Amino acid sequence: MTPRTVKLRVNGEAREGQAEPRLLLADFLRHELHLTGTHVGCEHGVCGACTVIVDGRAMRSCLMFAVQAEGTEITTVEGLGTPENLSPLQDAFHRHHALQCGFCTAGILTTMTALLKEEPDPTPDRVREVLSGNLCRCTGYIPIVDAVLDAAEKIRAAKA
Amino acid sequence: MWSASGRRLRASSANPRADQVKPPPFDYAKPASLSEALELLASDDDAKILAGGQSFVPVLNFRLASPSLLIDINGLAELGRISLVDGGLRLGAIVRYRDLEDSELVAAENPLLAHALHHIAHYQIRNRGTVGGSSSHADPSAEFPAVSALCGAEYVLQSIRGSRVLPADEFFLGALTTALEADEILTEIRFPPWPRDRRWAFEEIAPRLGDFAILGAAVLLDPGETRILVFGAGDRASRLPRAEAALRGRTLDKAAILEAAKLASEEIEPQGDIHATAEYRKAMAEVLVERCLERASGVKVVA
Repeated sequence: MTPRTVKLRVNGEAREGQAEPRLLLADFLRHELHLTGTHVGCEHGVCGACTVIVDGRAMRSCLMFAVQAEGTEITTVEGLGTPENLSPLQDAFHRHHALQCGFCTAGILTTMTALLKEEPDPTPDRVREVLSGNLCRCTGYIPIVDAVLDAAEKIRAAKA
Repeated sequence: MWSASGRRLRASSANPRADQVKPPPFDYAKPASLSEALELLASDDDAKILAGGQSFVPVLNFRLASPSLLIDINGLAELGRISLVDGGLRLGAIVRYRDLEDSELVAAENPLLAHALHHIAHYQIRNRGTVGGSSSHADPSAEFPAVSALCGAEYVLQSIRGSRVLPADEFFLGALTTALEADEILTEIRFPPWPRDRRWAFEEIAPRLGDFAILGAAVLLDPGETRILVFGAGDRASRLPRAEAALRGRTLDKAAILEAAKLASEEIEPQGDIHATAEYRKAMAEVLVERCLERASGVKVVA
């Protein structure tokens, strides 16, 4: 099928690229826009590695087509912070050793960034419930939950 | 090297992997109205409807379906409404699970559905998945179809030929099979009014919260009627007539609950699969139905 032009905003910048209808948003971000921070794991919605924020909500980019992202505002892990200036959540992941190989991390960071924006003071149980949508096979979830709760506290304190 | 927004900092070159995609090729249309969507669907035998895509995109990624055309109904605001009509909750087909979670109307008008939402997939999936999409997919262990069947909800199907309304037990025909004809779109799901004195319970066993149920059960206690339903045990969620009959006209005490739970276990004919054996599902049906009846009635069965 003929590729179409997809125009959207990614990490605050107007972007466009070519996508035939069957191109998944995850592959579009990686191969067309060269944003390889979004990782592709299971490619059927189970693992959560490809999670990005679409119009404010965390979603699986492997379960959307790029053509469906026309006109949307997307945040990927590249939009959260920089190595010199980590986001509070990224900084908490660093301090709590909430990652090991890092493959699942981008999807967890985008998910929890969206969550903390919607719910600045989640309970530990709520963090665990939301984290159930992301698989991590090496670190274990305890430091991840600790990092999210710590970041939530720091973000709230900075706003107070 | 890439900048933070992904702009390529050195000269662009053709990407060798850009053509390696999982889904089969298809054309794509995003109609602006339901009538346009119905026309498109009627004009192409191999066209398929795309709603939230949280069940159907995996099907495409595995190449289990090869539609000629995907008709994306996500732009049809007329299918995205949650409303109350004649005391009953009405859900447009592209209402997302997240919208149900955020809805005070749902919490007030169907507490069972509001409770079951926490078991439906994960946060990110609920942000996009729709009630119409998962109903049309008809997974036998999915929670929303089970709740709709227990409540006696009706499914509204439309095509260019007209519309028809089917009760849940005539809409769901079997595993991944519904009464939808090739030219029909599921447009709305209508729940009957929720009686104020109704008591209810919902239980499910899953590897993780949000995974598909290995087995689930739910009950409704109304004055004069007890409804019992099990899902994940057959080709679709089903009420259990023998277990229900055993409770008709009877005080719901410990003996009655134990008898109904045992009948529920005998009444189902589950399959064994990679997640659990048929025997395990039968044993758990007894446990979950007992727990549901205990919780809904307040009768203490296990000390």
